[in-house]
Amino acid sequence: MERSVIIAGFGGQGVILAGKILAQAGMDDGLEVTWLPSYGPEMRGGTANCTVVLSDEPVGSPIVDQPTGLIAMNRPSLDKFEAMLATDGVVVVNSSLVDRTADRDDVRATYLPFNDLAASAGNPRTINMVALGAYLKASGVVPLETAKRAMSRMLEESGKSKLIDVNCKAIEEGYNAA
Amino acid sequence: MGERLLLRGNEVIAEAAIRAGCECYFAYPITPQAELLEHMARHMPRLGRTFVQAESEIGAISMVYGAASTGVRTMTSSSSPGISLKQEGISYLAGSNLPAVIVNVVRGGPGLGNIAPSQCDYFQATKGGGHGDYRMIVLGPSTVPEAGELTILAFDLADKYRIPVMILADGLLGQMMEPVELPEPVDLESLPAKDWAATGAEGRDPNIILSFDLGPENLKQMNLVLQEKYREIVNNEVRYEESDSQDADIVIAAHGTIARIAKSVVRMARAEGIKLGLFRPITLWPYPYEPLRALADRVDTVLTVEMSAGQMWEDVRLAVAERAKTPFYGEMGGVVPTPLTILNEVRKHAN
Repeated sequence: MERSVIIAGFGGQGVILAGKILAQAGMDDGLEVTWLPSYGPEMRGGTANCTVVLSDEPVGSPIVDQPTGLIAMNRPSLDKFEAMLATDGVVVVNSSLVDRTADRDDVRATYLPFNDLAASAGNPRTINMVALGAYLKASGVVPLETAKRAMSRMLEESGKSKLIDVNCKAIEEGYNAA
Repeated sequence: MGERLLLRGNEVIAEAAIRAGCECYFAYPITPQAELLEHMARHMPRLGRTFVQAESEIGAISMVYGAASTGVRTMTSSSSPGISLKQEGISYLAGSNLPAVIVNVVRGGPGLGNIAPSQCDYFQATKGGGHGDYRMIVLGPSTVPEAGELTILAFDLADKYRIPVMILADGLLGQMMEPVELPEPVDLESLPAKDWAATGAEGRDPNIILSFDLGPENLKQMNLVLQEKYREIVNNEVRYEESDSQDADIVIAAHGTIARIAKSVVRMARAEGIKLGLFRPITLWPYPYEPLRALADRVDTVLTVEMSAGQMWEDVRLAVAERAKTPFYGEMGGVVPTPLTILNEVRKHAN
């Protein structure tokens, strides 16, 4: 089975890192994965996004027409990508910043205040981990513990070990709230 | 093979070059290959090797010429407009029988274009972007792991034939991450000696490396030597991949990123009963004309799909030579066709 998710938000909301952690977790879980960032000029000011594909077979296209998942960190992301979602797809919406619900009635939507949950985890900048936790619960694509291990290792390798605890807490906040 | 790592295409090309024994790397930064240069900047000095951010692309390719003349493994990398600037140097490398690896992470063109993925430098890479009767081996990786494998191969082929070899990637392959097992480092001591290199002539006759001769007859002889070498490469080094082609009515001919997207299209088409296969040249020069011709005898249609106006399409039509229909679908300017858009093209040509 192949699953794919577009993670989208403002530049600075950490969507690129959330995608990398998901891809790493998928790989650690024995899946084939691709991670593709939007690297065009749209990253400055507009929406940033990345696409992660996870499959038990070799991944063909890293670009997807109909993703099975969407993490919308802000309103423009939901507006831009909702229509693309596959039927029965999963959409996780940051209700702290998105003032509408999904138009589609053939997708499974989860609304959570990422900004509030990140703040209660102890650091408002962990909204990407809250979002990832919520998506993991909604999609079941990789186990929470695998994602936490992948995230901890990646933070450690980039010399940010002191951020591991708060990010673990944030990913759990999102997972448990979803 | 080592552990599985999640890495970008640009990083994998750089790391594979290091493991292939690249001793000297020269480049000028440009998107979308910046991570390649950054990886080299981070690791080459630590290994006691040479990293120079040159004053320009022309400076970088000229430094490659100098380093290659001394017999060390050397590489430069850039993206489309920067590769255009290197063409004079590539012609000189070819004319002087010098081995070197040149990486082009192609972006939208012409002119300054943009930084989005494209395959619009196929003509420049495969038909001779510089002056003179020369050829360059051109390798077209389709996945991140293959980008690493072909980089190692590029150094081996460059040395074997004393020829510049290009890795023709694109921005998508350079930017995306995928699991990869990096190859073990090459033992430099195990490589064949380069008795032609300019290493200091004490105790022996000087080795002379040049790309010119003012006498037409002599220059003709130099050209004949090159042409003989190119024939040998055509005979020995053609590489390609054919998949799902045994029972196919229609095949997509595509290279690089488009070929991997086409693999998804093959699955989708077969799910709706269209017998679709894929023909993927790995060497873009020498082009796999004969295998594609043999395939064309068995199928109705060879659909070329490219991120260009139809550059490889010319080679496909040369190969197919009216044995099958040869429609074309392409996108330009950095637009990447999605699996569904390609599938729609396939449907138009399916019975």
